Amino acid sequence: MALFSATATVLPRNLAFASSTKLSLSHSHSLLHHFLSFPTPKSSNPRNRVAISLQTPRAQSGASASASFHGLCYVVGDNIDTDQIIPAEYLTLVPSKPDEYEKLGSYALVGLPATYAARFVDPGETKTKYSIVIGGANFGCGSSREHAPVALGASGAAAVVAESYARIFFRNSVATGEVYPLESEGRLCEECTTGDVVTIELGESRLINHTTGKEYRLKPIGDAGPVIEAGGIFAYARKTGMIPSR
Amino acid sequence: MASSLLSPSFTSFLRTKDLSLSAFTSQRCFKAVPRKIIRCAIAAPQRQPSTTGSVRTAMTMTEKILARASEKAQLTPGDNVWVNVDILMTHDVCGPGSIGIFKREFGEDAKVWDREKLVIIPDHYIFTSDERANRNVDILRDFCHEQNIKYFYDIKDLSNFKVNPDYKGVCHVALAQEGHCRPGEVLLGTDSHTCTAGAFGQFATGIGNTDAGFVLGTGKLLLKVPPTLRFVMDGEMPDYLLSKDLILQIIGEITVAGATYKSMEFVGTTVESLTMEERMTLCNMVVEAGGKNGVVPADSTTFKYLEGKTSLPYEPVYSDDQARFLAEYRFDVSKLEPVVAKPHSPDNRALARECKDVKIDRVYIGSCTGGKTEDFMAAAKVFLASGKQVKVPTFLVPATQKVWMDLYSLPVPGSGGKTCSQIFEEVGCDTPASPSCGACLGGPKDTYARMNEPKVCVSTTNRNFPGRMGHKEGQIYLASPYTAAASALTGYVTDPREFL
Repeated sequence: MALFSATATVLPRNLAFASSTKLSLSHSHSLLHHFLSFPTPKSSNPRNRVAISLQTPRAQSGASASASFHGLCYVVGDNIDTDQIIPAEYLTLVPSKPDEYEKLGSYALVGLPATYAARFVDPGETKTKYSIVIGGANFGCGSSREHAPVALGASGAAAVVAESYARIFFRNSVATGEVYPLESEGRLCEECTTGDVVTIELGESRLINHTTGKEYRLKPIGDAGPVIEAGGIFAYARKTGMIPSR
Repeated sequence: MASSLLSPSFTSFLRTKDLSLSAFTSQRCFKAVPRKIIRCAIAAPQRQPSTTGSVRTAMTMTEKILARASEKAQLTPGDNVWVNVDILMTHDVCGPGSIGIFKREFGEDAKVWDREKLVIIPDHYIFTSDERANRNVDILRDFCHEQNIKYFYDIKDLSNFKVNPDYKGVCHVALAQEGHCRPGEVLLGTDSHTCTAGAFGQFATGIGNTDAGFVLGTGKLLLKVPPTLRFVMDGEMPDYLLSKDLILQIIGEITVAGATYKSMEFVGTTVESLTMEERMTLCNMVVEAGGKNGVVPADSTTFKYLEGKTSLPYEPVYSDDQARFLAEYRFDVSKLEPVVAKPHSPDNRALARECKDVKIDRVYIGSCTGGKTEDFMAAAKVFLASGKQVKVPTFLVPATQKVWMDLYSLPVPGSGGKTCSQIFEEVGCDTPASPSCGACLGGPKDTYARMNEPKVCVSTTNRNFPGRMGHKEGQIYLASPYTAAASALTGYVTDPREFL
């Protein structure tokens, strides 16, 4: 019982440590200064990833409207389909098995063409240094494979900010709670550059790019809000009495 | 402590059970209408719009299906409703993950909501030595035995598909072939092309593992009611066009996101003239336009196709005359030309004749979109008319065992009794391969006809995003079987009118 209670109150991961470590190695002093001057919410706590993946959907479980995400962003264009997010040859991996879940993460966005010089997950790594993906129109088009949002979540991405989404990818992100799918008011993929340091404030519905010093409005979550707030379709169904509590 | 923990859960389970029983009873009432009456109603010269006394305003076909499935008299686009699922389909790629979630959420010993409403069809990564791919079929088998699932189309001996009597092939074609598609029903599958079944006048859409795990335990899912786009296609179908040309024409018009969160309804004299397989091709690619589902109103063509395939009663529904559509698109089909979708997007439409300078390396005929019996008949017709040999490797992957059998047994019209396989052999195509999804999405590296090098391919499949058939730099031209066959004969993208 205690274990379930504990997982139910898990908040979004504190990304500052990992990000700051990598940032200090790869960015200029001014960027570092920008980063260090911005406080990270103290309510965030690191999570036991293996336990989480065994017990409950990741990341957004119980994510409150006042939560925020912070880290480096990875920028892609329009119509990033599920084959580019997770190529079909990796679909033999079963996401509900913990070790295969982790493996899926290492292949996130590996299908992007060579025009994307920076790789989302560096060769030899299983985790990405980019916690936020910024896309254009129709992100996640193509397949209904849930492996797509799972791969992103398993790689350590916390949120996707896109101009618009394909229906199934959006739904799978909400149902699983793997990544938080947010819609921007404008085309942020043309405003941000891979490697920029950004913060997403859910409560304020905004994204702050610390590298450029600009702020952008995000759209409110809409219909899927109750399911996202609950932490996924199962949590929502339990909360509304649709299915029995575990 | 133990008893107090068990008690609420047990009570809740009973409540769920009662609800499920009630839902079944309710559905049974709806479906009690004898088929003969439906047929008669369809045949009547002045068909009255399908309505019930409780309908207050007009509804589209999709709205009506979802209203009935959620036991509501009235629904409008944007409503979120819990619907009762008639059929849930899953396969080897998403089945194991869905099962994992079902067991995690409902318990290791939980039973699926209805052993006759779950259809499990291994079809994606079958003919491969990839150990994990093979293991995934084993996982499906273990689960089906444990749950006593009625419809599991298993394959054990990978060396020869013919010695596996239960094996079918591609799920979307197998669903139709085996009578799992019924007008007016809700069919969900863990595959984006599940929308294919909309050809039968039902609501059919793709879902992910987590939603599927939820359906496994409850038989229900929360769905948002989509508004409908209406596509009126009139005129006689020219003898050089197939429904692939029609859907590529539409996607080129509205783009890959043009139908996001929307239903696509296909009507008109051209649509009425299409066979079920052609209607399936049309509905199959609505997801390529972002569509939630596609529908073709059920008619005598539908009912005739279903004869002998299903013993369950069904009740079709139709859009009311005053139903509201988001938009209406009209096409005079007699004026359309053969088209392709150029790399790297299904909406990158071009006339086939404008691509005549594109040299190709291979042709692929297969998949749920373009690997059905009539797709191969169409290709054979072009080959027959040409009397020539193909210029590039031409791969043939029948969608199901039945399609494979048809290639070896059905005579091609105008051929003097020759079968497809005889014609294919004469013109130099590869021998028809084991039925499955094959290289449509790439898959394990040893998949037959997978594009392991950056080649140019004309394909009757459904998607051409980067890496779709294997290699990231592979270039795929989506086309109809007519265009694919014509292109094979010349080694360039070719308008089939050059041969027909």
